[in-house]
Amino acid sequence: MTTETATPTVNAAKASARDAIKANVREYGLIIALIAIMIFFQIMTKGVLFYPVNLTNIVLQNSYIIVMALGMLLVIVAGHIDLSVGSVAGFIGGAAAVLMVDYGFNPFIAAVLCIALGAVIGGVQGYFVAYMKIPSFIVTLAGMLVFKGLLLWLLSGRSLGPFPVEFQMLSAGFIPDFIGPWTLVAPTLNANGGPTPGTGIVLHATTLLIGIIIVALMLFFALKSRRNRESHGYEAEPFGFFIVKNVVMAAIIMFLMYKFASYKGLPNVLIVMAILIAGFVFLTKRMTFGRRIYAMGGNIKAAALSGIMTERLTFYIFSIMGALAGLAGLIYAARLNQATPKAGLGMELDVIAAVFVGGASAMGGIGEVAGAVIGAFIMGVMNNGMGIMGINIDWQQVIKGLVLLGAVAFDLYNKKKA
Amino acid sequence: MSDYILEMRGITKVFPGVKALENVNLKVRRGDIHAICGENGAGKSTLMKVLSGVYPYGTYDGEIYYEGKECRFTGIHDSEKLGIVIIHQELALVPMLSIAENMFLGNEQATGGMINWSVTRKRAHDLLRKVGLREDPDTLVTNIGTGKQQLVEIAKALAKDVKLLILDEPTASLSERDSQALLDLLLEFKTQGMTSIMISHKLNEIKRVADQITVIRDGQSIETMEREDVTEDRIVTSMVGRTLENRYPHRTPKIGETMFELKNWSVHHPIHPERQIIKNVNLTVRKGEVVGIAGLMGAGRTELAMSVFGRTYGVNITGEVFLHGKKADTSTVGKAVKAGLAYATEDRKVYGLNLIDHIKHNVTIANLPGVSSKAGVIDDMHELKVANEYRRKTNIRSSSVYQITGNLSGGNQQKVVLSKWLFADPDVLILDEPTRGIDVGAKYEIYTIINQLASDGKGIMIISSEMPELLGICDRIYVLNEGRIVGEMEAAEASQEKIMRAIVRGHAREEQLEAAS
Repeated sequence: MTTETATPTVNAAKASARDAIKANVREYGLIIALIAIMIFFQIMTKGVLFYPVNLTNIVLQNSYIIVMALGMLLVIVAGHIDLSVGSVAGFIGGAAAVLMVDYGFNPFIAAVLCIALGAVIGGVQGYFVAYMKIPSFIVTLAGMLVFKGLLLWLLSGRSLGPFPVEFQMLSAGFIPDFIGPWTLVAPTLNANGGPTPGTGIVLHATTLLIGIIIVALMLFFALKSRRNRESHGYEAEPFGFFIVKNVVMAAIIMFLMYKFASYKGLPNVLIVMAILIAGFVFLTKRMTFGRRIYAMGGNIKAAALSGIMTERLTFYIFSIMGALAGLAGLIYAARLNQATPKAGLGMELDVIAAVFVGGASAMGGIGEVAGAVIGAFIMGVMNNGMGIMGINIDWQQVIKGLVLLGAVAFDLYNKKKA
Repeated sequence: MSDYILEMRGITKVFPGVKALENVNLKVRRGDIHAICGENGAGKSTLMKVLSGVYPYGTYDGEIYYEGKECRFTGIHDSEKLGIVIIHQELALVPMLSIAENMFLGNEQATGGMINWSVTRKRAHDLLRKVGLREDPDTLVTNIGTGKQQLVEIAKALAKDVKLLILDEPTASLSERDSQALLDLLLEFKTQGMTSIMISHKLNEIKRVADQITVIRDGQSIETMEREDVTEDRIVTSMVGRTLENRYPHRTPKIGETMFELKNWSVHHPIHPERQIIKNVNLTVRKGEVVGIAGLMGAGRTELAMSVFGRTYGVNITGEVFLHGKKADTSTVGKAVKAGLAYATEDRKVYGLNLIDHIKHNVTIANLPGVSSKAGVIDDMHELKVANEYRRKTNIRSSSVYQITGNLSGGNQQKVVLSKWLFADPDVLILDEPTRGIDVGAKYEIYTIINQLASDGKGIMIISSEMPELLGICDRIYVLNEGRIVGEMEAAEASQEKIMRAIVRGHAREEQLEAAS
């Protein structure tokens, strides 16, 4: 009643740089927080954090969390929760081990079967949530217990491995260097005539090339969308701000690519993650499917009366979550090179924390894929940094818990102020 | 003691970016019923929140004198202690608690934290009698209708020893009969010496009960008039700042062939399937025609509309829907929309809008394929164009299409709901209480949109509890009573009396049928 302004200003004067920064602070606040945390640990670990090998490690350590956070974002935006994903991931990892190690399945076929099984598991839980109207908290709590038990049964309490080499490559492999290594500074030779590790600068050229392509594509699409807005007569952010923003983004991407290139190049699992992240950003931002999820999470009754098949949509969301939990289970198993009865234990909490740190609302209807991914990295970098610093696991937990609470409280405070 | 129980002087309240109140003065005489009217967004509710301490002293400028003493409330507790009680527009009752528990919520009849149930019940019982509500104090609030809930709110206020009762649009969600009862109650309290402030949009109510009327426009107090000087025209002119010659815009009907037809439509209650809610309804809507559905609360009007629209209400639905002479499948919302139907709900906040999202996304949600490729990729620019187009067409007042709908006023929210359904491009629109709780100016705009749709050749069905509205904008009116059509009349020949007579006759007939069976 009171917050209404009466003058339409759509095509009003171009937004000033200050407005643009204001509008973007919220959007980029998370990235800035992540960068700040990385710099903090870079200093606290005396430069270890940004070692190429450590950056690669951070990606590998968090890959399965991020893969599941993508699905969890959809679930949470839809107004639900999935507590079963850790158990499901563990169970699928066990199933993969049984198929490949015990029965000698082809790794590729086994992987496809496992992801499909994950989708079915998610679908069954989704059925109970969507059609039987049982709260997702209860359904997935049951699922968590069931699959934790099934994993123990499946492995009969033992660890199962090792996996075929091709399967290990999912988590341990790096993309091949098609162009060949690019030696900037030749490493010193050791007694055997081989290069001494840690000397010289030899870069993974394909990784650098991919970095350049990504930056080029990013700039191309940013410019195109800006042109598009302008040609339709809508205001765009000031050109100077636009330039600074994109140059900073490009610099960050190239910096990371350079780091990866000076180790072994891009990990395979990062490629899988990148494709999934891009796909989910597109799904949530540009596709009708994604839009309907936000509409449903915002007001399910209004969504249903607008013709959205809310039950079917919920069913699909849980199926997708299940498939991603399956994939995450494979990545985790491949990383350990064995399936263990304890795999996946408590993983769901990391996944859910990542999504909430990333700005999603527990009430549904609000949340972004990019936020969830950055949220996962914030938690991941803290794990990694505190580990290097030698902080005990007990205090690590305390600090992570406080960061989760603080992040959400800060977000709510900001929203209230706005 | 002065004649005035309350004086608010030079109240100014600023929100970030918006001046909600500017130098507002209000004087209320002891024992009066003082009406405050103004358009939505004029600042009426803000003023009442300042008065009741929701906005504490220090967050506004100006002075409040109550019983001759200056008051600096730090919260709602302070004002309640002095007997100032506000009843908000949206009822604040807890549905799963009993009437008595609700009445003494926060004011429990307790000693040392132990609730004394016999005193609670006894007092509740007495207070309920005072407001004329014959219900057991142990009945759950969820089991009584809106009209009765409003009475519980008033009884709750009485339990706090109220001296100044503030009612924010008390009859907005009440039927004609319940509204009359409520107004009678206010008049009765007045004879007992209570002072009331009533915020209302309904000019006939104001004229009926108010002793003085203060009009607020754009955050400023425009004028205060005495009952004798009040005419509807004067209130309306002062509210909107211009003269509205006619509250219903004129339209020359161009009525074509039958577009929508409902045949032998029957619906049963979803929880008690033995109860028939809609009984063998037949009705038609023609091209370019505005058809009204009149009836009292509980007549089954919303249930009728929702059962047709994707069977979103009821079970054991029988009957046929015809669109353009062909039998249509409206068994899901998706199919109903595809067949050319649209239904804008009665309660826009609960069923109409995603309040945490902006206008643009709300406008396109019922017709996403209209702004996306076959593969389901949304064309952002196209969507923005559509949203801006409908924002202009329906005159939504907002800073841009990126304004969150939860921050819009009722009238503008309703325009967003209408935009959503207009973009779905239906042939037949069912509008359920399209102007409930919105001010005169916005109502006029909604009527203009409805007229425009009719002249564009759409068929329109309007459900409304306000009979003058139906008489003002419809071409033909059906009267629904207890799920049965009990009358059909051309608007030109209809009158409030005729509609009421049809309802009364319907009641009698229903009783006969019951006796016979």
